[in-house]
Amino acid sequence: MSEHHDSLHHGHDDHHAEEAPHSTFKGYMIGFVASVILTAIPFWMVMGDVLDSRNATVLIILAFAVVQIVVHMVYFLHMDFQAQGGWTMLSLIFTLVLVFITLFGSLWVMYHMNVNMMPSMMGGS
Amino acid sequence: MSSAVQTYSDTTSAVFGRLTWDSFPLHDPIILGTFVMVAVGGIALVVALTKYRVWGYLWKEWFTSIDHKRIGVMYMILGIIMLLRGFADAIMMRLHQAMAFGDATGYLPPHHYDQIFTAHGVIMIFFVAMPFVVGLMNYIVPLQIGARDVAFPFLNNFSFWMTASGAVLIMLSLFVGEFAKSGWLAYPPLTGILQSPGVGVDYYIWSLQIAGVGTLLSGVNFVVTIVKMRAPGMTLMKMPVFTWTALCTNILIVAAFPILTAVLALLSLDRYMDFNFFTNDLGGNAMMYVNLIWIWGHPEVYILILPIFGVFSEIVSTYSGKRLFGYSSMVYATVVITVLSYLVWLHHFFTMGSGATVNSFFGITTMIISIPTGAKIFNWLFTMYRGRIQFDVPMLWTIGFMVTFVIGGMTGVLLAVPPADFVLHNSLFLIAHFHNVIIGGVVFGVFAAITYWYPKVTGYKLDPFWGKCSFWFWLIGFYVAFMPLYALGLMGVTRRMSHFEDMSLQIWFQVAAFGAVLIGLGILSFLIQLYVSYKKRDSLRDETGDPWNGRTLEWSTSSPPPQYNFAFTPQVHENDAWWQMKQHGFKPPQEGFLPIHMPKNTAAGMVLAGLATVFGFAMIWYVWWLAAASFAGLILGAIIHTFNYKRDYYIPVEDVAAVENRRAEVLA
Repeated sequence: MSEHHDSLHHGHDDHHAEEAPHSTFKGYMIGFVASVILTAIPFWMVMGDVLDSRNATVLIILAFAVVQIVVHMVYFLHMDFQAQGGWTMLSLIFTLVLVFITLFGSLWVMYHMNVNMMPSMMGGS
Repeated sequence: MSSAVQTYSDTTSAVFGRLTWDSFPLHDPIILGTFVMVAVGGIALVVALTKYRVWGYLWKEWFTSIDHKRIGVMYMILGIIMLLRGFADAIMMRLHQAMAFGDATGYLPPHHYDQIFTAHGVIMIFFVAMPFVVGLMNYIVPLQIGARDVAFPFLNNFSFWMTASGAVLIMLSLFVGEFAKSGWLAYPPLTGILQSPGVGVDYYIWSLQIAGVGTLLSGVNFVVTIVKMRAPGMTLMKMPVFTWTALCTNILIVAAFPILTAVLALLSLDRYMDFNFFTNDLGGNAMMYVNLIWIWGHPEVYILILPIFGVFSEIVSTYSGKRLFGYSSMVYATVVITVLSYLVWLHHFFTMGSGATVNSFFGITTMIISIPTGAKIFNWLFTMYRGRIQFDVPMLWTIGFMVTFVIGGMTGVLLAVPPADFVLHNSLFLIAHFHNVIIGGVVFGVFAAITYWYPKVTGYKLDPFWGKCSFWFWLIGFYVAFMPLYALGLMGVTRRMSHFEDMSLQIWFQVAAFGAVLIGLGILSFLIQLYVSYKKRDSLRDETGDPWNGRTLEWSTSSPPPQYNFAFTPQVHENDAWWQMKQHGFKPPQEGFLPIHMPKNTAAGMVLAGLATVFGFAMIWYVWWLAAASFAGLILGAIIHTFNYKRDYYIPVEDVAAVENRRAEVLA
């Protein structure tokens, strides 16, 4: 009964579940500073033409973006392996699987279509 | 705008956008006639409602209600209304195709015919099947898990009105402007601004975007409800199967609908802001649209069918008087289908040229998905085996479903073979296949569910005679209407044709049209059934709240359930919680009631969705000032609503006690 009561409460009063880890000022600051650094470095790399190879720049920016996502999830979304009895982790894994399927699948499918249907465009004209 | 031809003055277009007198189809007798009929009917309805003074009642008890039961019923009514519209489109198409041979051109001009098949598909999927499925989950899930409402009751009301708002826009397209002429998934480049400069595609985009917000939010709502609000003792593997399928469906909604939103947003950018995601030139690639929309589209068909599998599981088990055979295999089959549904999307466009590697991968995944589905069929059969089966109307629908769905599944596996698909792609064989699974699955399931849970909702059963009429008309009508399409498809006839030269094909279309008439009689019987049952409600009344000797918790409440569902949250010990409570001679407690904390009604959902409708209309017609104003109003309204702190109240103990004691007297 009380469990139910609480859940109903969340719907319209506040959205903090009791068992969610409470965030600290320090945690937010670490997250904030890390995000700024992780944004500033790619920005500098593009604006300052630091690397000659365009592909290398793109790959490094991508790597920074992935780290950025992790920082956001840990420090702002408070995700860890225990939160909400593992449900948060489970849904994250599910999401990652689906994102992987969507991205990788689309690339695979579109690549094949380009090869088969638009050979002229694959020659890099 | 790149191409919209501006023939009127700048001032007029600044105020009215693209909207002119020409936008109203005063010159088309068919549409004008429909409009007059709708207008007369609408005015009659308004007058009747005013005369019987029900506006206040509707507003207070229904429109602003955040009770999941009321919202569920409103979803079902929306589904029924839109079913009539979608069926009207269907019968017009069948009639037209039966006539348009050789010198005869049929009675619909091609541009009108194209709008009709597009509207039929969009309405049947988004505004019939989806409201039915969401409505069923709304009503049943909280009752089955022993909860008093969903996790976010206001959001639930808002979701409903957003769905209704999308339906309003699509209905509006009938009388103001036009609808898309592109088929139900609106592939570019046909739907790009160059090929479709009119408002049709914009109606399509905005009605789906607005309704999509509602669907996505109710998906979030139900995932949270099922994960967080189950009665104590109800572990995941003790959840009723319908709740399990609802959980998987809502996870699919949450994961898939953002893709639809994104791909429609990209198409909007192409159309409104001269972007080139899906154009033929400047680096665009229309195939990407097809790829993305089917990554949403295939999970969507499982969003529709999974809860229906749950419905049939409940019905088979109840009417066989046995617990469900293979509960855990049923759950695992559902979960496997949930994941696999993301791995098959390419089978919708085998012919687009991906080559053998890709096609065989997706062909094989598609065939694999039929294995868990087949397991479910066997589970239902084994549940019936040696059961004491009562052939009530829901059970008739269930058996009709099992036979029909297996046929549809087998033609589906045929289509999953890429070489066969190259012959059958976009033919009437495909049309027959997906109607076979959607009518034989979703529609039969929805009617079974309506008949099964109707006494729970209203307090009286549905009249079985008219139910049987409806079932037989639908079943026979389905076979008469769609078996000819299988044959035509094998002969190579493609979909969406408005005229045929080969006179030898005409007889097949005439038979199909006759089948559509039979289905129409099925729908009519259903409406008569609702009316007759209401008239005979005293003899059909269910006082116990458990008319079918049910097994799950919703049958432990009165019919209809009290506003708070359960005075005491039930304790669950095993599967089929209510069955087990009955075995142990459960008596509802008569004292020790507590005040019950409930959410309060609010008009905010309706107001916000109304603003969303205005916003959609303004975007469609390029009335930029109105779009900006209504969007600002939408944001502002949402913010103001967050400052409404008076959202809950307590039902006093005396009221709870009074309701519960009255129920105890009825039961005694």
